[in-house]
Amino acid sequence: MENMTLKLKIWRQGGKYPKGEFVNYTLDGVNTHMSFLEMLDVLNEKLIQQKEEPIAFEHDCREGICGTCSLVINGYPHGPMQQTTACQLHMRHFRDGETVTIEPWRSRAFPVVKDLVVNRDAFDRIIQAGGYISIDTGQAQDGNAIPIEKDQASHAFDAATCIGCGACVAACPNASAMLFVGAKVSHLAQMPQGKVEKDTRVQRMIAQHDAEGFGRCSNITACEAECPKGISVEHIARLNRQYIGATLGSEKVAN
Amino acid sequence: MATKTADRTVSRVGWFQKMITSSVGQKIVMSLTGLFLITFLVVHLIGNLQLILVEDEGYSFNSYAYFMTNNPVIKTTSILLYAFIIIHAVQGLALWYYNRKARGTQRYAVKVDRTAGASKSSVYMGSLGMVILAFIIVHMVQFWGQMHFTDNVGAFEAEGYKGAKNLYALVSATYENIWMVIFYVVAMIFIAFHLWHGFRSSFQSLGLNHKKYTPLIKAVGYAYSVLVPLGFAIIPIIMYLRNHGAL
Repeated sequence: MENMTLKLKIWRQGGKYPKGEFVNYTLDGVNTHMSFLEMLDVLNEKLIQQKEEPIAFEHDCREGICGTCSLVINGYPHGPMQQTTACQLHMRHFRDGETVTIEPWRSRAFPVVKDLVVNRDAFDRIIQAGGYISIDTGQAQDGNAIPIEKDQASHAFDAATCIGCGACVAACPNASAMLFVGAKVSHLAQMPQGKVEKDTRVQRMIAQHDAEGFGRCSNITACEAECPKGISVEHIARLNRQYIGATLGSEKVAN
Repeated sequence: MATKTADRTVSRVGWFQKMITSSVGQKIVMSLTGLFLITFLVVHLIGNLQLILVEDEGYSFNSYAYFMTNNPVIKTTSILLYAFIIIHAVQGLALWYYNRKARGTQRYAVKVDRTAGASKSSVYMGSLGMVILAFIIVHMVQFWGQMHFTDNVGAFEAEGYKGAKNLYALVSATYENIWMVIFYVVAMIFIAFHLWHGFRSSFQSLGLNHKKYTPLIKAVGYAYSVLVPLGFAIIPIIMYLRNHGAL
């Protein structure tokens, strides 16, 4: 077991820091086996003991599946390790004495609530706009009752692994949420149950994405590089195809 | 008559405008205008290579320039070309401005732009584009503007070319200046980087990402974005060397 000392530069906003600013902390005794969030827990314990306000950051499952943690660590959403959420990032990937900068997701559509916590309701509203199936799909089907190729089911599942954390927005130099929308549209459009409403869905979800003030995708692929689930920009291409097909090829217009 | 029950609440007015101004629609505009400009560059290069491939004191280049400025089909296409350059530039600038705003008022203190497949130039498309726009303006004023709107360009004296101008002499005189040669060569480097991302990106924007065809699109894109700017860049270099008797 090894212990390190880290120089932390953490974004604080609200309370004592109304406009938001970086505050420097030095943290001793960081165990290499800690997760990144456990390291922040230790820092917060220390702050509470010193009668200071602890740093607000979001977390829930700490198993890499809920998409709640949202830290930009040294310029990388979820930290430098690819296909890893911040909660699954371990301190052994940092060096003793290293300066670690921690910032919240930065996007006009994700306003900072406090310190490292941002409001991601914009994603919920995109889902509410069309990321669902409203037809009655009934009880769980018998195996093989719904005809779908294994290959296609797997592609849909790849898209469905999106945990909606917003790292794609944080990573994108344009602050675009196209990978999120792409994953949701691509997931449902490839399933027989989702195909029914595909033309309305894609138009409504894009309209909501645009209304939330997310940027416009220019195919930089930073989203795929930082996505903790490694979702491919191929799903953005499918979203584009779906959108072109729905707007130009179908009679459906999303209001 | 049966009552129509469907579509009572849905208005189809303005669907096209809604589509073309959406985030995906804006990409389609950038993509299609970009692809047109990509096609144009090849035609432009083939025409321009007559400056160096045929050593006939500009006869072939001047007769080509005469054809390009007088043929009605070419003249119509050139109006489309100017329109597409303007649309591509205006839409690009609007996207650049909008995307900057989308980051929010507070920018990252530390940000690493790691990508999955796309090149670094993808991050700087807006800046590259602005340099290229400045280049196009200088380039147009220098040749197209001087030829059409001033008397600085002498006549091209040859049978069957009434009122033609000696554009070859203007180009040749311009490239006697080493700084002009450097300016043109450097501009081509910017264009090469812009195309390096732009070529394949335009296909992705149209939804054309395919296991079978994408490797080909990528390969053609990389070859194109090196060879075409290179072809343009050697023209001023060779003309400069010929003017100074080195070739």
